[in-house]
Amino acid sequence: MPVASPPPKPDVPGPVRARVEGLGEWALLKLERLGFAARFFLAILRFSGLGIRRFGLVMREIHFAGVLSLVIIGVSGLFVGMVLGLQGYETLVRYGSAEALGTLVALSLVRELGPVVSALLFASRAGSAMTAEIGLMKATEQLAAMEMMAVEPLARVVAPRFWGGVISMPLLAAIFSACGILGGYLIGVVTIGLDAGAYWSQMQAAVDFRDDVLNGVIKSFVFGVAVTWIAVFEGYDAAPTAEGVSRATTRTVVTSALVILALDVLLTALMFRGT
Amino acid sequence: MNRNRMLDLWVGLFVIIGIGALAFLALRAANASNFSSEPTYTLEARFDNIGSLKVRAPVRSAGVMVGRVSAIGFDAETYEAVVSFNISARYPFPKDTSAKILTAGLLGEQYLGLTAGGDAVMFKAGDTVRLTQSAVVLENLIGQFLYNKAAEGKPADAKPADANPGEGKSAGEKADDAKVTDSKAAESKTTDSTAKGGKTRAAKGAEGSQ
Repeated sequence: MPVASPPPKPDVPGPVRARVEGLGEWALLKLERLGFAARFFLAILRFSGLGIRRFGLVMREIHFAGVLSLVIIGVSGLFVGMVLGLQGYETLVRYGSAEALGTLVALSLVRELGPVVSALLFASRAGSAMTAEIGLMKATEQLAAMEMMAVEPLARVVAPRFWGGVISMPLLAAIFSACGILGGYLIGVVTIGLDAGAYWSQMQAAVDFRDDVLNGVIKSFVFGVAVTWIAVFEGYDAAPTAEGVSRATTRTVVTSALVILALDVLLTALMFRGT
Repeated sequence: MNRNRMLDLWVGLFVIIGIGALAFLALRAANASNFSSEPTYTLEARFDNIGSLKVRAPVRSAGVMVGRVSAIGFDAETYEAVVSFNISARYPFPKDTSAKILTAGLLGEQYLGLTAGGDAVMFKAGDTVRLTQSAVVLENLIGQFLYNKAAEGKPADAKPADANPGEGKSAGEKADDAKVTDSKAAESKTTDSTAKGGKTRAAKGAEGSQ
């Protein structure tokens, strides 16, 4: 009687191997999600033709993402500009160059704070709402119902939101910067009593339209694409439960903030190196 | 339908405000009338020392900004700094224009100062400004001043100033001297500017490469 080969040993991984396997699985999962996100982005672009044709849909999203964010953007811009005015004056007056306050306020707002802070505010004000809305549509199977009616949810729901956010973001950043410059003016000229002519002329001498203002607009456009992409993707990819939607919303805000700041480093290094 | 009209109104208002903010940034914060969109022509100038001149530094003539420095390079053959700058096409400059590196205020930013000459021929794009004066380096001035002071302390017969008259003078006098020779040069340049300028440049180049 031939000796039966011993039954294969059940493959029980040791604790170290389990860790490593878990890590690999996690990495693969993340990689897969990134790939899906990239595919999703391309799909949005492919289906945005319909969104552009039915511009009313995009208008509704501009209203939601842009118009309703106006107050928070304007007021925060004003406050940030005021703080810049106060702090900048404190520092500059030590070197006897308080007249350069306009330059300091305008350059920091137009180059950095305008695009970055307004994108952060936009992510928490509009991005989280987009995720929650789309996530809830998915959880209540509205997206599936649309597909049943041969309506592509990417074209009807996602693309208009995406373009609404992308169009709104640069405008919001510009409004933020403008309000900030006015805030700096209120503090520097009206409260502290610097010369108004010096405030504006120093600013105009230092701020270049193409190198500073236009680069700021490009930055905010890139942030707009990144934030709305993350927001609609997290919503679309959310687990269709109450918990899943809440997690997706949190992830939108956290990921957007990180991505905005990381992109800002890259863009700043590209745009303002050596000047 | 009515509801939709309100929405359109708000979105329109938002877009207007946004574009208004952009226009404000462009016109009020950044002087849009500077030369980013205007046609320009590029000139080149070579300096022994550019101090801390930077790319995008203003180019001024008679105190008015006429352009910006576009690039700064180094010529490994003559060991000179090569400064390229764009000048608004509205302002043609004669061929015997001289370029100096000047400082705004005592310790302010450095800029390129152009002093127009009297030549009838104007610069074309890509030309080189022949007459240049390097930046004043503070350390050299201080060194000169100290040397001066030491020389003054010595008795008159032991003064080495006779051997080298330039060294004995104060920085201010020296600068005046430079100005005089400069204007003299400019005067003689009006007749045969390019030839002479070319010669001095060539001589300098030969000096550098030796």
